[in-house]
Amino acid sequence: MADVTFTVDGKKLTAPAGTLLIEACRKAGIEIPAFCYYPGLSLQAACRMCVVRQEKVPKLQTACTTTVAEGQAFITDSPEIAQARKATIELLLGNHPLDCPVCDAGGECELQDMTFKYGAGESLMVDAKRHRDEQQWSPAVFYDRPRCILCYRCTRMCGEGMDVWALGIQNRGVVSVIAPNQEERLDCEQCGMCIDVCPVGALTSGSYRYKTRPWEMNHVSTVCTHCGDGCKVTLGIRQAIDGSEIVRADNRDKSGINGDFLCAKGRFGFDFVENPERLTTPLVRNAEGNLEPVSWEQAFRVAGAKLKEIRDSRGGNAIGVVGSNHTTNEENYLLQKFARTVLRTNNIDHERTTDYAAFARAIAGHPGKTASLREIAAAPSILLIGGDPTNEHPLLAWSIRTNVRLNRARLYVANERQIKLERQARAALRLPSGGYAAMAGYLGGSDSVIKTSAFREAILGEEKLVVVFGEEYRGTAVEELVKWGVGQGNVKFAYLGDYANSRGAADMGLLPDMLPGYVPASDAGPFAQEYAGLPSTQGKTLPEMLTAATNGALGGLLIVGANPFDQVGSGPVTLKDTFLIVQDIFLTETATAADVVFPAASLYEKTGTVTNSFGDLQLARKAADHAGVKPDFEILVRLADSVGADVKALVPFGKRGVTADLGQSRGAQAGEADRHAVWLAANGLEPKLSPFDPLALLDEIERLVPAYKLDRLNLFGGNDVQIEPGLIPSFVPVSALAASRPDPVNPAHNGLFTSGTLGRYSHGLKDLEQHQAAGVATAAAD
Amino acid sequence: MPRLVSHPDEVKIVSKRFGLGATDIDKYIELGGYQAAKKCLEQGPDWIIEEMKASNLRGRGGAGFPTGMKWSFVPKQSAKPKYVLVNGDESEPGTCKDHLIFLHDPHSVIEGTLIAGLSIGSKMGFIYLRGEYRYLLEIMEKAVADAYAKGFLGKNIFGTDTEFQIITQSGAGAYEVGEESALMESLEGKRGVPRIKPPFPAVVGLYGGPTVINNAETIATVPHVINMGGAAFAAVGSPRNGGTRLFGISGHVERPGVYELPMGYNLKKMIYDVAGGVRGDRKLKAVVPGGSSTPVLLPEEIENLGMDFDQVGKAGSMLGSGGVVVIDDRTCIVEFALRTISFYQHESCGWCIPCREGTDWLKKSLTRFHAGFGTAKDIDNIRYLAENMLGRTFCPLGDAAAMPTLGFVKKFRKEFEDHLDGKPCPFAKHAEMAVV
Repeated sequence: MADVTFTVDGKKLTAPAGTLLIEACRKAGIEIPAFCYYPGLSLQAACRMCVVRQEKVPKLQTACTTTVAEGQAFITDSPEIAQARKATIELLLGNHPLDCPVCDAGGECELQDMTFKYGAGESLMVDAKRHRDEQQWSPAVFYDRPRCILCYRCTRMCGEGMDVWALGIQNRGVVSVIAPNQEERLDCEQCGMCIDVCPVGALTSGSYRYKTRPWEMNHVSTVCTHCGDGCKVTLGIRQAIDGSEIVRADNRDKSGINGDFLCAKGRFGFDFVENPERLTTPLVRNAEGNLEPVSWEQAFRVAGAKLKEIRDSRGGNAIGVVGSNHTTNEENYLLQKFARTVLRTNNIDHERTTDYAAFARAIAGHPGKTASLREIAAAPSILLIGGDPTNEHPLLAWSIRTNVRLNRARLYVANERQIKLERQARAALRLPSGGYAAMAGYLGGSDSVIKTSAFREAILGEEKLVVVFGEEYRGTAVEELVKWGVGQGNVKFAYLGDYANSRGAADMGLLPDMLPGYVPASDAGPFAQEYAGLPSTQGKTLPEMLTAATNGALGGLLIVGANPFDQVGSGPVTLKDTFLIVQDIFLTETATAADVVFPAASLYEKTGTVTNSFGDLQLARKAADHAGVKPDFEILVRLADSVGADVKALVPFGKRGVTADLGQSRGAQAGEADRHAVWLAANGLEPKLSPFDPLALLDEIERLVPAYKLDRLNLFGGNDVQIEPGLIPSFVPVSALAASRPDPVNPAHNGLFTSGTLGRYSHGLKDLEQHQAAGVATAAAD
Repeated sequence: MPRLVSHPDEVKIVSKRFGLGATDIDKYIELGGYQAAKKCLEQGPDWIIEEMKASNLRGRGGAGFPTGMKWSFVPKQSAKPKYVLVNGDESEPGTCKDHLIFLHDPHSVIEGTLIAGLSIGSKMGFIYLRGEYRYLLEIMEKAVADAYAKGFLGKNIFGTDTEFQIITQSGAGAYEVGEESALMESLEGKRGVPRIKPPFPAVVGLYGGPTVINNAETIATVPHVINMGGAAFAAVGSPRNGGTRLFGISGHVERPGVYELPMGYNLKKMIYDVAGGVRGDRKLKAVVPGGSSTPVLLPEEIENLGMDFDQVGKAGSMLGSGGVVVIDDRTCIVEFALRTISFYQHESCGWCIPCREGTDWLKKSLTRFHAGFGTAKDIDNIRYLAENMLGRTFCPLGDAAAMPTLGFVKKFRKEFEDHLDGKPCPFAKHAEMAVV
């Protein structure tokens, strides 16, 4: 649309014709108050707060429904408008309970803010207010009916935004209320988006209500630890007796790839960190065979000595290392470096939920062919093959839905099962058995398995296409699909994985046959110089390690943040002469079998980078503190030290011969700390101050993993930075990256309320799971 | 069946078939029915719209928008189907005119709908009746079925290639649905709340198609306009207010009822002559001229008041739906205000804040005030609330509640003051309310 010029309060503004006045004003820094208006949702004009005076129009107009045109003139600030807004607030406050002192929203309530601004300070209401009891709709959602100002944000967010349509309006007039879909019970995806958009304290969160006052919290933006979408989550942190606790998770910082969105796991699944079953002290198996609390020093001594002994007596091949889908890139990088250079083994793997190695092979040498989540959210057309984003990748589902709804993007779905996103699809193709493998051929023109050409023709007619495919794809199937797309020239890809850093675990080389950046272990290139003592033989995969551990072929096993002993289908693991060291948050099935257990910090209690399914690299920032635990990075450094490794070779800190004094020069006087910071910077010590600083590894990762060309300004600024997996290392020919054997991939298929082992320790998610199960049972009984 | 009234001053155009058995289609035809539709079919859309414009017929629902002009706004070309909607959601207290049309002359509604359809090139009309008019729906449905049987509706109306279908629909009991866009929502099966305008129905209406929506009386008048000729119809009324109107006179009069009088007929004469004067020869206290939403008029304000849209507007009120409510001197205005606001509080759809909260607050205040627990501050507060609802609400219902309230407080402030200081209502011993 062409730009038009109009005036607001005498100021000349320019905006595309048809822009909503409220948006044009907000962009120009002119505040227009509104309760019902919410960007991206349908218009209501119900709250009447955004009224403005338009020249030559007799009545006040709502800025949320007025579109700008050439030459218009508006007044947004005048005694008449101030009075109109004040009166609307006075009318609202007539029946609104003034229980602000105990209301969850008190302090962050839009009605409070507007009352403060427009000054309805004197209460005119002398009659009794209408009262109705509060309702609990689900473990997550409570509805305080009298507080509701009926802005209908929640009903629209649930319907238009989530495509769930679980909320509606009941009754008429002043007795109108928001009502859930099942009498007084809400059966839905429990995303909590309704709570998030509620401008007042009408919808409150089961996990947060009456816990604290908003001003008692600090807010830290970090990355959600659950699924592979990598939402930015804002954690509300409060001082607690054992550190600082997380009391709330929401998305008040809307700058992330998730924008407005956060799902049930992100919003309610943070509480595992406060689970009383949490490990807070190292454990060592004593002579009686029981795990006994010990000091950190003792635990490191026992574990370090044993690893050294096995390595020196039986060789590195007698030791296995298993990494995590939830730990940071720096931790993963350090873990494999520790395994390869200190323990001298390539027996390293992680619980692979998808075949990123195959994807890396396929995309190598083709930069610009992967799609970030932001690209998917704006892509004109998307082909979704396999997967069930609504349940397994809620943010991806949200991004696609929103893109279809607001930008009229065209979605094509090909799946063996029916999935909910088909409701947004322009065309949906039900694949026959074996259809996934046939898809590349089908797109290339073969109708032998999939017998319709219309779907293909529609896709081939698209100017630009993003292909998102699920973990149904492995090995050569991935390569064939990508090969088809690369040949098309206008296709980008995204490959779905399960957990917060599943992608990072593979990228950082938690693989027995590949070094960081998928460099083959057999042809290590620059790693040969960087990694002293690097074994060139290919190591054991996770299933192979577990087998070896049960038949006495593995002397030591180090498992970091993983619970493979609970892996579906692997059966009970009975160790035979294997010394097991586990770093974890809880005493999982795996940790229970360990000889040494180190209590680890969760992703919310440490700093580092994580990579989501789409290659969006983000900085997770330390939000909370839990007394007694340490980040895996620190545990690994100290474990390496106790094995007798040169820590400086492992983590490049304090180089150039200058040793930071860790603050000894920092006096108590004001200003001293600043001088200290200047001195550190001048001596090139930041951020390589400490061996426990994971960011000290960033230079090395950037040097050795070409996909991770880091835009540090953006990364440390809290933004998402896209990695470039198409940048193949110049020293490795593409042909060298051939599949050497089938990959042990085992998708977790988490739903909306499950999150692997971690999810089991979240009461919030357990409650939601039970609530949903009860709803299904009731529905079945009907 | 309600008793029909009559008076020599009446000019019976719309009501000319009342009481003559015109619900029977053959009787309707015998009385000249469906001739107008046939003529329109021959003359074409432009001719119809010109006749309608010449007739000065203005919307009988209350806003008084010129009907011919409304029809001319509908775009000739449209990708979506066009619709004609008949608003029979007559719910305004004091109004009972459409009711008689459905009861006595349902075919005039069908014929009017058909003509409106021909004028805009629509193939489909809907006749929406107030939920409480279920018993009238049966009459309407039979009339529609008879019209289909005669070939006046269907694929080939009157044996031509022209198609026109009519569907009848009952409301679910909401005054708000009388608002045209809320009616469309209701008809589409959604909650009866109004839509954001623009776009206006003529461009984007029912199911997104261009739509003409008219009050049932307006539609029933259309065949008569065609039969008489637009100019002849216009000549019956006052300037810019063509024809006659069904005035429903209720309250404290000797002969209440629905009378068809020319537009511009003197209100005082209407009360004292046509309706037989104030009951029991009591003194006239006030008149609500056009349904409960119109501001009250004092006896001195009706001396020379002609009942048309322009003159009543000039007098500070509105002609509205033509429901004249006569209030005698033994009526408590505070209680009258309370009854009025109670209606709007009950009927507010709740969509927007000023109407939803304002009507409730006013009802609470007036209830307490009338019970003798008011303070002087309340009077100002009632006025303040009404003033701040006026013009600020999503749809006209808020104004409909605020305007009469303001009128009562402004014109009868003394009577409000008489309720202060714990005094009992001065009118309690009579306790005879106007029928609203």
